[in-house]
This record gives sequence, C-alpha cells and structure tokens, in this order.
Amino acid sequence: MSRIGVFVCHCGENIARTVDCEAVAEALREHPGVAVAEDYKYMCSDPGQALVKKAIEDNNLTGVVIAACSPHMHEKTFRRACDQAGLNQFMCEMANVREHCSWIHDDRGQATDKAIDITRTIVEKVKHNRPLESIHIPVTKRALVIGGGIAGIQAALDIADGGHEVVLIEKEASIGGHMSQLSETFPTLDCSQCILTPRMVEAYQHPNIKLHTWSEVEKVDGYIGNFEVTIRKKARSVNEDLCNGCGDCQAACPAKRIPSEFEAGLGKRTAIYVPFPQAVPNIPVLDRVNCTLFKGRRKGLAKDVCGKCKEACLKAAIDFDTEDTFVTEAVGAIVVATGFKLYDIGRDQPEGLKGYGEYGYGEVPDVIDGLQFERLASASGPTEGAILRPSDGKEPKTVVFVHCVGSRDPEKGISYCSKICCMYNAKHAMLYKHKVHDGRAIAFYMDIRAGGKGYDEFSRRAIEEDGAEYVRGRVSRIFRDGDVVKVWGYDTLSGEQVVIDADMVVLATAMRPQDGIRELAQKLSVSTDEHGFINEAHPKLRPVETNTAGVFVAGACQAPRDIPEAVAMASATGAKVLGLFSADELEREPAVAVVDENTCIGCMRCELVCPYGAIEQREICTVDGHVCGHVAYVNPGVCQGCGTCQAVCLSKSVELQTFTDEQIFSEINALCYWE
Amino acid sequence: MSDAIDTSGAAADGFEPRITAFVCNWCTYTGADLAGTSRLHMASNVRIIRLPCTGRIDPLFIIKAFERGADGVIVSGCHPADCHYTSGNYHARRRFAVFHDIMEFIGVDPRRMTFSWVSASEGSKWRDVVNEAVTNVRALGPFEAYRALAPKDVGVAAPAGPGAVAAPASAGIKAEAS
Repeated sequence: MSRIGVFVCHCGENIARTVDCEAVAEALREHPGVAVAEDYKYMCSDPGQALVKKAIEDNNLTGVVIAACSPHMHEKTFRRACDQAGLNQFMCEMANVREHCSWIHDDRGQATDKAIDITRTIVEKVKHNRPLESIHIPVTKRALVIGGGIAGIQAALDIADGGHEVVLIEKEASIGGHMSQLSETFPTLDCSQCILTPRMVEAYQHPNIKLHTWSEVEKVDGYIGNFEVTIRKKARSVNEDLCNGCGDCQAACPAKRIPSEFEAGLGKRTAIYVPFPQAVPNIPVLDRVNCTLFKGRRKGLAKDVCGKCKEACLKAAIDFDTEDTFVTEAVGAIVVATGFKLYDIGRDQPEGLKGYGEYGYGEVPDVIDGLQFERLASASGPTEGAILRPSDGKEPKTVVFVHCVGSRDPEKGISYCSKICCMYNAKHAMLYKHKVHDGRAIAFYMDIRAGGKGYDEFSRRAIEEDGAEYVRGRVSRIFRDGDVVKVWGYDTLSGEQVVIDADMVVLATAMRPQDGIRELAQKLSVSTDEHGFINEAHPKLRPVETNTAGVFVAGACQAPRDIPEAVAMASATGAKVLGLFSADELEREPAVAVVDENTCIGCMRCELVCPYGAIEQREICTVDGHVCGHVAYVNPGVCQGCGTCQAVCLSKSVELQTFTDEQIFSEINALCYWE
Repeated sequence: MSDAIDTSGAAADGFEPRITAFVCNWCTYTGADLAGTSRLHMASNVRIIRLPCTGRIDPLFIIKAFERGADGVIVSGCHPADCHYTSGNYHARRRFAVFHDIMEFIGVDPRRMTFSWVSASEGSKWRDVVNEAVTNVRALGPFEAYRALAPKDVGVAAPAGPGAVAAPASAGIKAEAS
C-alpha cells in the first residue's frame, strides 16, 4: 500500500494568492494512499525541505508529491532532499500548481479545484513510480578524430595534451587539409604553411596521437564512452614502416603528367607521390588509377609493364599486391572534422545544384577558383608565387574577382553564405596588387560581409590602400574572346552595364561539405542539414555537440567556417571530450526504455522508430543453448528516453521507466471523470 | 486580460468542459511554464499530463481520456524539425493523421481534439490554444457518448473514490471492459 506525502507550497503569495493551499492539503489528506498532506510557506527553503525529510522518516513514506512550481524549477532540489531522507529520489514528483495554475488564473475557486486535480494526478502517478538507480556507463578514455585538417589537428592535439590517446584519421595521404594549400591567411597575411606545418609535425610526433592517413571510417558501433570504430586503411602500396621518404620512387615514376589535387589541378604529379613536400607523414601513396602498372593489370596484360618505383626503392618498401586492411579502434568519443570542398561549378551537379556554365569554368583556362589562386600565389606553388595565368603563363594585368559564385543563390541550389569568400577575395586582390603593381584588381560583390576581428579593416585596406576596385553587382557571363576573358557584369550602384576585358578571372565558389558526408553521418547516426552540413545539437547552446551523445563536430563540416572559428570549435570539442573523460564512469538518469523479454515478440518496430539507434535485436536461448526467439534490447547508454518505442510496441513490452503506461493511465484516470 | 476567455456565458448552462492535454516535456510543457511566468491568464479547464515527447503518446491515451469523461483533448509538442529527440514529433504527426479518422469511427467528434505545435518560447500561443480548445469544446457540449456504457463503479466516481483511481490501467481499455 502506498504511503504518499503531499507537500503544498504557498510560494510566499505566488501560489497562495489564488490557490487555497490549505484546502488542497485538506483534500489530498482524504485521497487514498496519501499518508500525510501538509502546506508550508516556502517548501524549497531549508525548513521546508526539513519538513519533507522529517515527514518521510516519521511516516515511512513510499512516495512524495510536492505541489509547487514547475519540475523544471525544483524537481532536482526535492529529489535530493528525498535522497537525503533515505527515499529513492525517483519516488518524488512535482505537481505544477504555480506556472500551470496560480499564475494563470484569477478565480480562487477554479484555481483551487485545478490545483487539487493536478496534485491528485501526480499522486496517482507516484503510486506507480518505481525506485530507480542511476545508470553507470564505463568510459573508454580514447578519442577518434575524423579528418586531419586544421580542426582535426587542433582537436587531436588538445585531447592528446590532456593526457588521452587519440586516433586521428585522414582520407588523404597527408594531414593538413585545405589550410596547407593556402598561400597567406587573412586578416594578418601570415603564411599559412608557416603556422600550420609545425602543428602537423607536432600531431605526428605526439606520443598520444596515433595517425592513420589514407584511411576512412568503415563502420561505427557502440555508444558514448564505448564506440568501436572500424577503419579502412586503403591500400597504399608503400610499407609505412620501411619507407624513409627519400623520394626516389617519385623520381623514377614515368607517369608524370597527372593533375595534382594539392595544386588544384594547376601542377602535375607522378602516380606514386607525396601530395606536397611538407606532407605529414612524408610517405608516398601509389595512385592505382593512374599507375602504368595497374593500368596494364586492368587491361589483363600477362606481365607487369612497369615497376620502376619498386626498382628504385632501396628500402624495398613498395608492394603492388597490398590490399585494403581494416583496423578496429575502441574509443569513448568521436570528433568529426571532415571539412569542406569547393563547389565545382563546371561539372555536372549532383543534388539539384545547377552549376554556372555561363562563367566558363572548366572551359576557359584562365577562369579559376579561389583555391587555384591560392596555389598561384603560394611560394611553394606551381609558379613559385608568381601570378601567371594558366593558359599562356603570362602575367595578367587585369584580374576580375567574382564573389558569391554559388553562395546565396537558392536558384542554383545553395542558399547560404560561404562566409570566407569576402575575406579571401580581399586577400587575393591584395596579394595580386602586391605582386603586380601595375595590375587592376576588380571585384564584383553582392555585399561585403567582413564580420570578425580585424576583418572589416582588412577589406577596407584592400580598397583604400591597395587600390582594388569594387563593383557592386553580379556577373552574367564570362567567355573567351581571343586573348582576353570577357566579363559581362552589371554595376547596381551606377545602374550601368560593365564589360571588362580581363586576363584572368577568379571565382569565389561556395563551400560545400566534403563528399561522403551523408554516408559518414549515417554511420555515426548524426543528422545533416539539407546541404549536407552536420547538425549541431543546439545552434546556440550546444554548438559542437551532435544529437548523438559522444559525437562532436568541429570546423567546416558543420557550416562554412574560417580558420579561427574552426580552431575554436576544435578546442571546444577538445574541452567536451576531456570533460567526458574526466570520470571513469558516466552517470545518467535512468529515464530509459527497458524491454520485457518475456512478452516481446521481436517485431522490432521499436528499432525502426528509435531516433538514436539504441535498439537492437537479441537472441534468446533455451537453457541448453538453442536459440528459441528474438527480442528487442534497448542499450541504456544510447537511449535518451523519448518513449517513441513504447508507443509503437504491439505487445506492450517496452517501457520507459519514468513514464510507464501504468503511470500515464493512472494520471488519465485521476483527471477524467464525470461530475 | 482582454484575450483571456470569457467564462461568464458558459456558467449560465453550467457546463465547463474537462480537457486533458498531452504535452511534451521540452517544448509545450516549457511553453506552458512560460505562459505562467508571463502571467498570461487563460481558461482553467485544461489539465496537463507531461510526457517526454509527443512520440510517447499512445493513441490509447486519448481514447482512454474520452472514455473516462474528458470532453476534449489537446496534444501538443515541439514544432516539426525542433523535436528534442530529433524525430518523435514526426512519428506523432503521422500517427495522428491516421488516428483522426478512427476517432470519428468510434464516435468522438474530431473537433474535440486539438493538435498543435507550441514551442518553449510560445507562451502566448499556448494560451490561445487552450482558450480556443475550451471555446470549441464548450460549444460542442459535454461528451456523454461513453457515459451510459461506463460500469457504475468505475470512472463515474469522484477522483477520491478508490475504485476509480486504483483500477489497473496498464492494459488500457481492456481493463475497463472487464
């Protein structure tokens, strides 16, 4: 038999003004199962809580109902008090007679009746509450960082410096990401490689960081604190332990005309290659698509037609017969930092994007994108920092920069602002003017969005000190006309059409999430927005968490980000991960679903609706070990307690422990009755 | 409060509807808290049952409420795309699209049910939802279709009656049929 204590709070005058608290206590005293009902001026005060504790001890109460404010306000307070008095904290509930009653009604009679109803309802619920224990989940204190750009490197370093092991994986042959391709960085114009490469080396040499390059995530199992990640190490054809990075293989490779990804297509590389001289690790990969030997093998030639790299390798590190291998890593947290790619506006466009055929990108060689300009301006780039146009290697005297190519254009499929282009266009105009003093830099812009420390000053400097000409308006067409690139545009401030005979055009194409982000998101059970950027758990208050506990997000895979923001996010994920690793066990409220294996029919509808992938199928066996059926199992580490599974359960076998059917039907019974 | 509901007219025929609201913990319950904090006065006929998510709402809850004497039901949760649990409200939405037709079939005027999305910041919307539901249900009059069918000792008693509240309820309506 229940022995429930009801404690009605006056909240000073807040409740007592419209609710007759004594009458509520009086009415509840008569309610079956209620052992004691009292009212008090301030129940949350020390004497108020003492009153509750004393009543629990004196009356040996089995449950407590506090008729006071919203549970969001003081549920924790009173649960703690109950706990201190020796009553399981989950036997205590709040009846909200302030926010939902006294504050919104005038009529004292009606408000009192309603307060009695509300309190009775909660009493009926508490009768069916069960003592629950917090869930403890062990934590594997290792982290996985996906993506070795600046965000991933920063996150890995922060976690590793915090004393925990980090597994850093990168799908390319080297870490460094897009930042390693940049010439100088806004708004300070410091050399990108000069600030990045020390970080890359630090990450590589850090005793707590285990680096897998040329690797991708194959599979993710488990849940917060206990992930098991399978990593596909793509066949590199080069033994990482033997290779000493001498570069003899590259020199020997006969396939030397392959467009270099690192040089954004402006330079060439060999089939066996390190992407750039400062690559970390300095170990080549063999590009099997372009390799002469593998081309021959694909044609079915009986004998290998090449093998020069292998002959050149004194360390015998090259093996043409390696295959993809898989390693499994146990980690407790995952940071996603897969970064971005540029909108390739020239090619066929997936996902409803339309491209910009009218801008001639991919057809006119002197129409390039921002990353290509970075390589032209870079001292380590294909022109060693000289601004020379791709078509004939001449120095361009008029360069047009076009902002917002793809960004802020819902018509073409991308509605968002890519955020960094205004700044890097100003930087490009500056770098160009610093190198070609008699050149003209003309920028077509929609708006200048230079929000950031020192950003507006920087873009003003491009105009005022370096003489970049800014034209407010859009470009309608770019095409080749003899030796020049014609740019047709419109100046919206003067209302005039503008035709420019340019030598080169730089398009600030939109930032998009990396290829394969949706598949990765699916493996991690995190959601993406319509563009493929990973969704954060809350846009304001939980910006680096995802809706899957233990999975965090940093950098441009979440939204367009510049370097300082990506680094800040990465350090934020580092703090989150270190916080998670600060305890040996995670403690969680037992507000999770539990399956009754005796009645579960194994239809697995619950698995279909679970937003967290917390439900899996389990075999049940007879005593002699034969599988006799299948039932659902809810992983308490993953379950967030929404109860959606319970509503679809055909056999009423899954139950959310804090909102059982019994509790809710009892509440309904208490509320609905005929006068 | 000018937009608070006028209850004086209804008092004439003495009918005050009894409305049960099933709301999610994160949006509508918090929105109703906000209505309280903002002192938005509203009709006092609605009693809230807090659930973690609208996805938790079993249609049987609603049938049960009508069966036991509710004149109207409100279901409210997070706006689409805002669900605290990512997708619970979508499940609820699909479920109730189907459920709506069933209600008519079992003899409950669908106008007695209000489905809405009220976010944690929409205290005034919650007040409007409450007032509107009360006005609508008051106009429809008491829901008595099940009253005659109810066993004499169950459900008709005042809540203090031990029979009413202690009846085993976990099996939903089945418990009442016995």
